[in-house]
Amino acid sequence: MSAAIEASGLAFGYRRRPVGTDFSLVIEAGEVLCLLGPNGSGKTTLFKTLLGLLPPQGGTVRILGRALANWTRTAFARHVGYVPQAHAGLFPFRVEDVVLMGRTARIGRFDVPSRHDHQVAAECLAMLGIAHLLKRDYTEISGGERQLALIARALAQEPKLLVMDEPTASLDFGNQIRVLEQIDALRDQGMAVLMSTHQPEHARRVADRIALLDGGRLLAVGLPQDMAAAPRLAALYGVTASAVRACLTGVAARPGARTSSSAPAGPERIERSHAP
Amino acid sequence: MSAPLRNDAVFWLASCCALVVLLLFAFAVGKFPIAPGDLLRALFSRLSGTISGLPEAVDTVVWNIRLPRIMAGLVVGAVLAAAGAAYQGMFRNPLVSPDILGVSAGAGLGATLGIYLGLSLVFVQIAAFIGGLAAVACVYYVASLVQRHDPVLVLVLAGVALGTLLGAGISLIKILSDPYTQLPTITFWLLGGLNAVTPDDLAVTAPLMLAGLVPMFLLRWRVNLLGLADDEAATLGIAVDRLRLILVTAATLSTAAAVSLAGIVGWVGLVIPHVARLLVGPDFRRLLPASLLLGAGFLVTTDTLARTVAAIELPLGILTAVVGAPFFLWLLARSGRLS
Repeated sequence: MSAAIEASGLAFGYRRRPVGTDFSLVIEAGEVLCLLGPNGSGKTTLFKTLLGLLPPQGGTVRILGRALANWTRTAFARHVGYVPQAHAGLFPFRVEDVVLMGRTARIGRFDVPSRHDHQVAAECLAMLGIAHLLKRDYTEISGGERQLALIARALAQEPKLLVMDEPTASLDFGNQIRVLEQIDALRDQGMAVLMSTHQPEHARRVADRIALLDGGRLLAVGLPQDMAAAPRLAALYGVTASAVRACLTGVAARPGARTSSSAPAGPERIERSHAP
Repeated sequence: MSAPLRNDAVFWLASCCALVVLLLFAFAVGKFPIAPGDLLRALFSRLSGTISGLPEAVDTVVWNIRLPRIMAGLVVGAVLAAAGAAYQGMFRNPLVSPDILGVSAGAGLGATLGIYLGLSLVFVQIAAFIGGLAAVACVYYVASLVQRHDPVLVLVLAGVALGTLLGAGISLIKILSDPYTQLPTITFWLLGGLNAVTPDDLAVTAPLMLAGLVPMFLLRWRVNLLGLADDEAATLGIAVDRLRLILVTAATLSTAAAVSLAGIVGWVGLVIPHVARLLVGPDFRRLLPASLLLGAGFLVTTDTLARTVAAIELPLGILTAVVGAPFFLWLLARSGRLS
């Protein structure tokens, strides 16, 4: 079976502004690959190119075995789902309608969503634990709920490959966990997932492989324990390894900071010892 | 709070009934009042082919004077409202009207030029129709030359610029025209009105107006996706540029035909879709029929008022603004929301 994504020597960017070159990556079905990289590393441009929204400037891209140029828009939408970052809607569509938009590629050109489409939409919402939002206005739910609705919309396309742009941004901790568990479940069902994230701990939790991107170039691809190790992340983001460790493990890096809650440091202790 | 009437079959039934009542009312009132009984007999006799036994004047008024005018009001109102709804969804902006790409300005210039050159009414209407289509074609062409991130913004800006230019052309011709004969004609044409509508006019323009509605109806689900960013809509399987072109062409065809028949009737394409959206929500599957019904009813009512409320006949464009604006403000204050 062909790989979900096969990029070979891909150069990507805009007409007058090349962003990345020599990008080669293979993502298989049933695999989650997380892309880590600092702001401006070219993740968005790369995603747009892989989704066929920007023409590649060189190299080849094959999605599910077919070259990018050989995909029609509609066929592509039936196989690849894209989850952008949640945005505030303009018109008050219901969440149900938003998820139904994902069914468009499976509806005839002049048709409207059928009962089966409504069923699929409801199932996708239930899968993400937001079935209760079916009839609510998209403009009136929280940012995190909107993100979940957009994931449901992508799932409604019944894709084989999911491309997610920071799917846990703006979600509360519980919802972050739910989404990551959902990504786990999708991978177990054979879905290929390419996602970008700004949280290495999420990448460590859910990825089969992690790719590091900077300046449009693929620095390294490998197992989470290697790629998301503190020294690598420090080099990638331009911070110290100890700062990375402190952030990831929650242990304070400042000298003299509290390490236990029953022994306050500093002035408080002096006062207590002077008490009568 | 969600729009309260989205799934309500009662709403649709009530709207249709209200429209029928408004129609009967429009037939009945005017300088030649017709009693409801006589009106129903006249309608029934024509439909069943029997003789009504009413004075000939009643027949003439109902069929030759009121009917073309009321039918025109129905179709023009419905079509302008539907075009407005499509544009507001397409341009992701609830303050957009079908005039945004310059169709009214182009039609106005065509008509003004026709009147200035002394053409007959038929040719003035043809000139208006062609002017409207040409203006939007120009705007589309100019916009296509500019390769920017946001094609929608480029279209709107080009439309506004060209519309202003065409408006300047209209003003220039007004200055050059004969103030005693041509200028009043131009002015009244630009203010809009249905008083000069003949059955022949209607027979030619109605199919054009209705033809534009067909693509809007067929594509009613996909229009919803145009409210998303272009990239996002593309990943959902929509050929965004092509869909927009089809809808703009359809809406422009309808609007240009409507303007050539009725002059520039503003406000309907802006406010009626708004009101419809407040009532049934933004889903175009429901917004389209709601806009059609409300637009038709609104324009028939306004036209009826235009010919009954004062001793002289008031131009339609003035009345749509005077009636529409306060009503819209009231609705806005009640619902507390603009979308």
